[in-house]
Amino acid sequence: MARVVVDVMLKPEILDPQGKAVAQALPRLGYDGIAAVRQGKRFELDVEGEVTEERLAQIRGAAETLLSNPVIEDFTVRVEEA
Amino acid sequence: MRVGVVTFPGSLDDADARRAVRLAGAEPVALWHADADLHGVDAVVLPGGFSYGDYLRCGAIARFAPVMEPLVAAAHGGLPVLGICNGFQVLCESHLLPGALIRNDHRKFNCVDQELVVESTATVWTSGYAAGQRIVVPLKNGEGGYVADEKTLDGLEAEGRVVVRYAGGNPNGSYHDIAGISNERGNVVGLMPHPEHAVEDLTGPSTDGLTFFTSVLKAVVTA
Repeated sequence: MARVVVDVMLKPEILDPQGKAVAQALPRLGYDGIAAVRQGKRFELDVEGEVTEERLAQIRGAAETLLSNPVIEDFTVRVEEA
Repeated sequence: MRVGVVTFPGSLDDADARRAVRLAGAEPVALWHADADLHGVDAVVLPGGFSYGDYLRCGAIARFAPVMEPLVAAAHGGLPVLGICNGFQVLCESHLLPGALIRNDHRKFNCVDQELVVESTATVWTSGYAAGQRIVVPLKNGEGGYVADEKTLDGLEAEGRVVVRYAGGNPNGSYHDIAGISNERGNVVGLMPHPEHAVEDLTGPSTDGLTFFTSVLKAVVTA
């Protein structure tokens, strides 16, 4: 079974309060030198059979319709090699 | 007049919405997320709460509930639809309204009696207010920050589609202090504050919210 990974990130211009909270917590724990944090979502889709171009197009459709909200988020789709 | 109130798994304020409908003088009709039709109602309220546990994104799963299919079609045809809080998020996810709601900029859950300015009385849900009228209704959410791109915001402002705006300080980082907006036609309105919680002196900070429900009653009866 092949795995397709969809990463969803807030668009750069959209404020990310959660990422900001993480960024503020890091130096308190002694992890210095991290200028900014953006938090996103990772979806792992286990695909039956081969990952064809057609199947990938289908997954891009799903990413655009359900997994992400294109108004505020961008996504990338990639095949994870076993 | 019959006003449907949709209950999704995780809806919280459906009972209060039905109560507000009744106090306004209309007949509330409970609609279920799995319903395939709207039971012939004259208007629909999408209530507040945490539909599907706010999984994925607020409103993202509810958007694909069976009842949404006839609802979206009817809304495009002019059916009055009011989305409150989570209902507003569902309307944005459904693309019936532009933009999106993100986590409050201060990252805290907000629960306050919020002052609002009614900016537009050109919608079926706000026709009973005076333009510029100040009202106080409860606001309670964790993800109430309204965002949209500049072009969308300029369009909303130019077309008078900002329906209610926060007054006395921005409680969540919403762009342009936007608390609620409408579609072009003015039949679909979404807002984060809860007019259905401000319909009786006993339980609300005011009765200012009742006018949302009496407005639509008048609009449908005279239509």
